Amino acid sequence: MLSVLKAIWAVLLHMFRPRVTVQYPEERPHIPPRWRGRIILSRDPDGEERCVACYLCAVACPVDCIALQATEDGHGRRYPEFFRINFSRCIFCGFCEEACPTYAIQLTTDFEMGEYVRQNLVYEKEHLLISGTGKYPGYNFYRVAGLSVKGKDKGQAENEEPPVDLKSLLPGRMESEQ
Amino acid sequence: MDGKKTVTIYVEGKPHQVEEGKNLLDACLSLGYDIPYFCWHPAMHSVGACRQCAVKQFRDEKDTRGRIVMSCMTPAADGTRISINDPEAVKFRASVIEWLMTNHPHDCPVCDEGGECHLQDMTVMTGHSYRRFRSRKRTHRNQYLGPFVNHEMNRCIACYRCVRFYNDYAGGRDFGVFGAHNYVYFGRYKDGVLENEFSGNLVEVCPTGVFTDKTLKRHYTRKWDLQTAPSICVHCGLGCNTIPGERYGTLRRIRNRYNGEINGYFICDRGRYGYEFINNENRFRFPVRLERHGDGEKTGTFGSGEVIPHIKSILQRARGVIGIGSPRASLEANFALRRLVGKERFYQGTSAGEARIMADIVNILGNGPARTPSLRETESCDAVFVLGEDLTNTAPRMALALRQSVMQQPARLAAGMKIPRWDDKGFREAVQNNKGPLYIAHPHGTKLDDAAAAVFRGAPEDIARLGFAVANLLDDNAPGPVKDLPGEASSLAEEIARALENAEKPLVISGASLKTPALIHAAANIAFALVKKGKPACLSYAAPECNSMGLSLMGGAPMEDALKTVQAGEADTVIILENDILAGQMAPDQAEALLSARNVILIDHLPGRTSSMAGIILPASTFAEGSGTFINSEGRAQRFYKVFDPSGDIQESWRWLRDIMVDMAYPGASGWLTLDDIVSSLSAEIPGLRAVANAAPPEGFRMAGMKIPRQPHRYSGRTSMNAALNVHEPKPAEDHDSPLTFSMEGYAGQPPSPLIPRFWAPAWNSAQAVNKFQPEVNGPLRGGDPGVRLFEPKENALMDYFGKEIPQAFTPEKERLFAVPVYHIFGSEPLSSLSPAIAGRIPAPYIALRPEDAEKMRVPEGHVIELPPFGSLSVRIDGSLPEGLAGIPYGLPGLKDMELPAWINSPAAAKKGGQ
Repeated sequence: MLSVLKAIWAVLLHMFRPRVTVQYPEERPHIPPRWRGRIILSRDPDGEERCVACYLCAVACPVDCIALQATEDGHGRRYPEFFRINFSRCIFCGFCEEACPTYAIQLTTDFEMGEYVRQNLVYEKEHLLISGTGKYPGYNFYRVAGLSVKGKDKGQAENEEPPVDLKSLLPGRMESEQ
Repeated sequence: MDGKKTVTIYVEGKPHQVEEGKNLLDACLSLGYDIPYFCWHPAMHSVGACRQCAVKQFRDEKDTRGRIVMSCMTPAADGTRISINDPEAVKFRASVIEWLMTNHPHDCPVCDEGGECHLQDMTVMTGHSYRRFRSRKRTHRNQYLGPFVNHEMNRCIACYRCVRFYNDYAGGRDFGVFGAHNYVYFGRYKDGVLENEFSGNLVEVCPTGVFTDKTLKRHYTRKWDLQTAPSICVHCGLGCNTIPGERYGTLRRIRNRYNGEINGYFICDRGRYGYEFINNENRFRFPVRLERHGDGEKTGTFGSGEVIPHIKSILQRARGVIGIGSPRASLEANFALRRLVGKERFYQGTSAGEARIMADIVNILGNGPARTPSLRETESCDAVFVLGEDLTNTAPRMALALRQSVMQQPARLAAGMKIPRWDDKGFREAVQNNKGPLYIAHPHGTKLDDAAAAVFRGAPEDIARLGFAVANLLDDNAPGPVKDLPGEASSLAEEIARALENAEKPLVISGASLKTPALIHAAANIAFALVKKGKPACLSYAAPECNSMGLSLMGGAPMEDALKTVQAGEADTVIILENDILAGQMAPDQAEALLSARNVILIDHLPGRTSSMAGIILPASTFAEGSGTFINSEGRAQRFYKVFDPSGDIQESWRWLRDIMVDMAYPGASGWLTLDDIVSSLSAEIPGLRAVANAAPPEGFRMAGMKIPRQPHRYSGRTSMNAALNVHEPKPAEDHDSPLTFSMEGYAGQPPSPLIPRFWAPAWNSAQAVNKFQPEVNGPLRGGDPGVRLFEPKENALMDYFGKEIPQAFTPEKERLFAVPVYHIFGSEPLSSLSPAIAGRIPAPYIALRPEDAEKMRVPEGHVIELPPFGSLSVRIDGSLPEGLAGIPYGLPGLKDMELPAWINSPAAAKKGGQ
């Protein structure tokens, strides 16, 4: 008898406490910007795909849910032929973002990815690629790398000398000095 | 360390026993210490160029200051005291790598070397993790180097390994180093195809990503994503060990698999780049039925479970079944066919000429007194005589071994000056251009001629006569003397005989390529005569295909006899195993007659000329999709393993044959469930193949209770690669044939040598990790190199000399030319020719004519002539051909063949107009 009264008393007290339940989806929770949610692939400031298909995200992934295949355009620029994330396996650890040398793969604040059919959680490149730079504006890997791509010849990257003129008798003569 | 004195050296104060005079880098790596290095390579020794392997050496135990030395240039002496971890040495090495890295671009994510890069490994090993260099980097333009090797010069750290391999080790001439100090450039004088047959090794020799595999680049995959298994090269008879790598169901690349007895650190470009035939889109994936009804053909596939009962009904109704084996199918496949059709009805899938030569070779090596050397031993032979074999094109890795063997005699010069072999620069300075005795007798000029002391040109008969003359000079009891030997040839014979006689370890090489039994006999006679003189003479024969030796050991009549059986009406059903008999092995009209038997069942992997005439085609696995055993030209049985599980109904040929036998209730056939079952059955049945069962551990072999994983520990994408088809992951394929699994789970340590799926060790991600698998650098793998040798000469073995009839001298004719086959590393082997990279290097069909003959016929170089049965051939002028001979390339795709060598009518100049 006493225990019943105690329980009723406890319920009564709780009626006057502030509520902690968030009325999702009517009420939106605050998501901090570094939240590890849905993964996207970003583009560099020139609008080209940032991903260079280096496979580092795939190898960093502890659940092995990233699969891709590298390919090249006619000018030596490498990009993924396909890029697939199986979100039904993803644990949103963010290792892929940490491993990415080009800021291509990023985790976003979106977490509303529920599906009725598990197959729909398999995202291909077309589902992943966004049109902006995401969290990291400004960085363009190919402007730093030594590889030449369309629009950037040898020696035109940041901090590079023009190519060496091999046929010159003078040591270290560059092509531009011809 | 046979016969060499061992001394005690102290590393970090700990005593170790090492061979005296060995360099400290080699010694420390062998002892298991990690010292970073770049310019040193176990097969190319030390030059002390990169300064990366610095260690501190102390005078004695009281010396605390010590001095920095390059470990690769310092010999181990008794009481040598060194420290690798001395703070000053550590700092020195860190500075060196920081300099080397100043110009290295920010490329790792897009560099094909990434993940298996020696430079990455060494950078991590020295702890250089932060780049302080803020100035501008020098850049270089790249060159086009052909279909095999990609060039990205910015990444170069100037270790000079590439030129040292390409020029000094492999004898290349079209590659070099240009410029000075920071601007040195490694490449060709101008863009163009790298001409050397071993250019692909630059990919593994280069410690960074300057030279990378161009075929891999088209379907790029990192080392950690490749599913690999130990395999054997199928593109010639030498049996080099390889590591094929697969991803997403296609083969991505071939890498060298170190076998101290065979290929060591290097393989040829045909072996490295010939793999893409496996990815060919025309592969048979399901059983096919071809029906001919008067006017046309109908192709259809079989439903599952239909084909075997269909074949059973054919075989039951047949008036006799014969089987045609294949020198490129595994021992197991040939054995299963032999069991199905019966021993008497099993025919070797080779011509009578080739079958006879191979039988002779097996007899000579199996019962004769001369030992057949491994390629490693070939390198240590100090006088070599090659009779009628263009090794660069028929057994390329052996040609590379001979380039090392010619250094044996000059090495004594260097040893006399007390210059150790590992001091490569000093050694080459001492040796200069001296070459040991290598004699090459061949109808036309070969690429190895530049390493030879003297060459002899003649028709195959004349080469054999030279050989018989040499044998007779060595031993009077050998047949001879050869009558009417021209003066030049007889003085050369004397020179060769003297060189072989004076050598410590002479070697005689011949082979099946000229299809002349007299050459085989002459080579055997020379070796026998040398053995009689008490020399440890070696005798090598180049076998034409990867399992020619195995097929010959199994026996069986040649294909011509099969035709007789069919024509006599004793058989109307032919089962052909992995053999395109219309393309080469027998005369086309004969092959066609054979294929017009009532039922032709073909088990093969790719469409060829034969498949268009077969009624039923069963899809067979290639070397990468099945397991089995090959026997190489040395007589070494080696196991190759399935790299990946193929799509469709593809399975090993022996499994197809087993299924047929099980359906037909053959006794014992249902017991052939795994590879081990058939291997034990064949080693019990065929006396010469008893040792085959010991070639590799059986399926039940486990390491710490586990199987050995084909996938590396960092294999990625497991839960995603098939997700596009079905999000539910499929069960991994099972392997009941070997102790390997299609998984990343399993034993993580080092497996026994025949089962090593890849060379990878902690902190050593590149191919340089091999040193962690050898108890002694450049020595055998831990536990001995893979494979078992079937031929060892018995004590006091005796064999009679060959050559009751020494061939008559070749006499040129006026109206006819004697055409000899000219082999091409790229083109003469049918499987590799289907790989796009190799296809780009195949010459157009041609006829090689002497300048005199061409002039007589009034055909200039490049002129196209019609020559039946070969079709159109462009004229190539070759001054090296002797009188009366012409050369026709062997086995080129699209070239209609006849069996060569043969007399052909002197080609009349067809007025088709040249180029």
